[in-house]
Amino acid sequence: MSGERVSRSEPAELDDADRRIVNRLQAGLPLVPSPYAAVAAELSLSEGELLYRLERLLEGGVLSRFGPMYHPERLGGGLTLAALAVPEADFERVVAAVNAFPEVAHNYRREHRLNMWFVLATETPERIGEVIAAIEAATGLAVFNLPKQEEFHVRLHLPV
Amino acid sequence: MSDSTCPSEPLAEDASVNGLDAIDRAIVLATQAGLPLVPDPWGAVGRPLGLAGDEVRARMQRMIDSGVIRRIAAVPNHYRLGYVANGMSVWDVDDARIDRLGREVAAVPGVSHCYRRPRHLPDWPYNLFVMLHGHTRDEVERQAEALRERLGDACRDHRILYSTRILKKTGLRLARRPGPPR
Repeated sequence: MSGERVSRSEPAELDDADRRIVNRLQAGLPLVPSPYAAVAAELSLSEGELLYRLERLLEGGVLSRFGPMYHPERLGGGLTLAALAVPEADFERVVAAVNAFPEVAHNYRREHRLNMWFVLATETPERIGEVIAAIEAATGLAVFNLPKQEEFHVRLHLPV
Repeated sequence: MSDSTCPSEPLAEDASVNGLDAIDRAIVLATQAGLPLVPDPWGAVGRPLGLAGDEVRARMQRMIDSGVIRRIAAVPNHYRLGYVANGMSVWDVDDARIDRLGREVAAVPGVSHCYRRPRHLPDWPYNLFVMLHGHTRDEVERQAEALRERLGDACRDHRILYSTRILKKTGLRLARRPGPPR
């Protein structure tokens, strides 16, 4: 589960059925005995066609994941957003050093002096501080720790 | 407010956190990489755990009801769907008004995530983080303008940090199997 699959970023060619699947399944799968058959019926597809297309959308990186979206803190885990100001000449070395931590769930390059932004997810809240210290040791850079203090909204929905 | 449920003790293998028992945790482990793409995904998750599909489904329903699972859904890759302008907009908002305004801003169309986070002065004065997604940067700038109007004079400064490269995206690995003896 290294998860080092390179993310493709060019827009994908989607047909009408793919769009219906992407739009419908961002909202959620029902917890019924044959959930894919239920959604397929809503979309006027066969269950087999839905499963085939869903697998293809995942393989092609149109969807990065399909499954339960867990709430880390309610599972007893730690979660934070962190940032680094990485010197340009050192960027690739620092990417490798940071990504090597399994606790780094997402990592994005952004346009700012703080040019590397990553999410840390840990099994316990205490582990966050330890991982940050280890990342500072591995990179030689100060980590800005920006844990959420209040969540006003979380609901990603990108219609296509 | 959701943070108040964090336990202060490390999670033992059989610890009950938010009513989760060892079987729930086994289901979390089995599904954190994704739900099986087979006609009976609940049965497929349960089989190696010695659980009937109905039991898996009932337990996942309880985890949805308690908020441990937000929903069972597809997570899109923004870029592959044509949302190539993804901006983390950050705002320096009056502390006395941020809780009310944060809720208002969260309701603006296009906003996917909205959080209050700590400032790190003097380098980082921003305390409100709002993720914006569009097909073009113009579209994102228009969304930000709508937020700017909503925040009014409570906002001293803001900027948009566009993502220019995905460096890693594995999703959350929330629980790991106990490692081999070291």
